[in-house]
Amino acid sequence: MTEPAVVITGLKKSFGPLEVLKDIDLTVAPGEVVCIIGPSGSGKSTMLRCVNLLEEPTGGKIVVNGVEMTDPDVDIDRARTKIGMVFQGFNLFAHLSVINNLTVAQRKVLKRGEKEAEEVARHNLERVGLSEKANAMPAQLSGGQQQRVAIARALSMSPEVMLFDEPTSALDPELVGDVLGVMRQLADEGMTMLVVTHEMQFAREVADKVLFMDGGYVVEQGPAAEVIGNPQHDRTKSFLARVLNPTHQDPTD
Amino acid sequence: MALTKRQRAKAFRGVQYGLLVVILIVFAFVADWGTIKRAFFDFEVMSKLFPDVILVALKNTIIYTALGFAVGLLLGLVLALMKLSPVPPYRWIATIYIEFFRGIPALLVFIAFNFGIPLAFQVRFDNLSTVTISLAIVGAAYMAETIRAGIQAVPKGQIEAARSLGMSQGRTMATVVIPQAFRIILPPLTNELIMLTKDSSLIYLIGVQYEQLELTKFGRDAMNQYRGMTPILVAGALYLIITLPLGYLSRRLERHTGGKKVS
Ligand SMILES: Nc1ncnc2c1ncn2[C@@H]1O[C@H](COP(=O)(O)OP(=O)(O)OP(=O)(O)O)[C@@H](O)[C@H]1O
Ligand SMILES: [Mg+2]
Repeated sequence: MTEPAVVITGLKKSFGPLEVLKDIDLTVAPGEVVCIIGPSGSGKSTMLRCVNLLEEPTGGKIVVNGVEMTDPDVDIDRARTKIGMVFQGFNLFAHLSVINNLTVAQRKVLKRGEKEAEEVARHNLERVGLSEKANAMPAQLSGGQQQRVAIARALSMSPEVMLFDEPTSALDPELVGDVLGVMRQLADEGMTMLVVTHEMQFAREVADKVLFMDGGYVVEQGPAAEVIGNPQHDRTKSFLARVLNPTHQDPTD
Repeated sequence: MALTKRQRAKAFRGVQYGLLVVILIVFAFVADWGTIKRAFFDFEVMSKLFPDVILVALKNTIIYTALGFAVGLLLGLVLALMKLSPVPPYRWIATIYIEFFRGIPALLVFIAFNFGIPLAFQVRFDNLSTVTISLAIVGAAYMAETIRAGIQAVPKGQIEAARSLGMSQGRTMATVVIPQAFRIILPPLTNELIMLTKDSSLIYLIGVQYEQLELTKFGRDAMNQYRGMTPILVAGALYLIITLPLGYLSRRLERHTGGKKVS
């Protein structure tokens, strides 16, 4: 059996008195795509951000590709180069052109040469279908294009795992498809992915595993068809009913 | 007959113009144009001021200001970073420095560096160092606050993106935060440069040689020599040649960076 890509055990996270993550366990196999769903404020982003230690866990253990992220002596900057992250708000470096957004960390962190960094960058721009935008500034791109550039920037570090935090939530509806298309292709190529999303269609078709979170716990997890198609818990059922049919009213409300 | 609101506004504007014309006419009659011309626009004196007023005075004003600004900017950046430090004593030191030097006249700093500190510590600064250090110390206090505000105005997401790519805290600061902060604070920094241009005149306290004169002292000396205000007028005009374009630049930059939202 191969070593799992991500192992989270007993993860806890509090912000002051607010206990956001109470006890999270999750194992992700290499090449697996895990979609994380759940109501607003349930701690999805917090969990994802704990994986690359943008948030410091209060308790528990996180191991990514054999590196224990929660070890106090871990070289966190080095560990993060292997974990790509894509944010809801894109977060492209506003003062750098697209190509420089893709090369800056390769050069300064991975110490790749100029030529190599640019080759890698152009290859990844091509993967997201934006070769012709290499010299554009982020502000000149649409939201969908910016998010694809952000994905290409993360891929340029040659990561082993990719984290996506609601990558399409800030996009106009007609731009969502392009970004999901890129993610789908990435999944097909065998990338290990953790995706926080409200796109149930995407989760159903692409995810190997779906995780439903609520109140700081994983309420339910399993194959997409089961969690989305045939949820066992009431909270999962009412959440899905609300997401899939926005005009739906809970009988208890 | 009652006037409409618009008619009343129009009439009021007419009165304002009329008042202005009356004031100008009175002023033109009362003023002694011959004396004014002799005192302020003596072309003979003017011609004697050139070329030194440019080659010496204007040049030195620019040199003193540029040196003071450059050193002050560096010191201001250090103070801004101290002010944002997680280590409390750094923050205290920076706060005390900033509040102290913003709260006293720049003149006192010049006096201290020209007379007090050499006496107290048995060191001597040449005039160029004195003016550079004094301007830098005063300018840094103002620029530190501006730079700190600029650094804090850089969206958090930019820092998170940099850290998620494996950049260390220092590298993130240097490659992402500070370049963007400077874009944000370019307009206020330009205003700071205008202030320093004027403060460079405080060098008049120090007994400088002729080759080290800047615009104000040059103008005052020439005024004593030739009698009349013409040299002061020329000096003032040359200050404006520096400061007006800077002000224009500042407003343009403000429009430029203010209009664009950083994602
Ligand atoms: N830095 C922080 N400081 C204090 N509280 C925080 C912080 N970050 C998140 N929280 C709180 O933690 C809880 C979970 O937030 P989180 O962003 O993880 O939820 P989420 O499931 O991603 O929600 P959404 O779907 O709205 O993005 C919320 O109540 C939020 O207010
Ligand atoms: Mg979230």
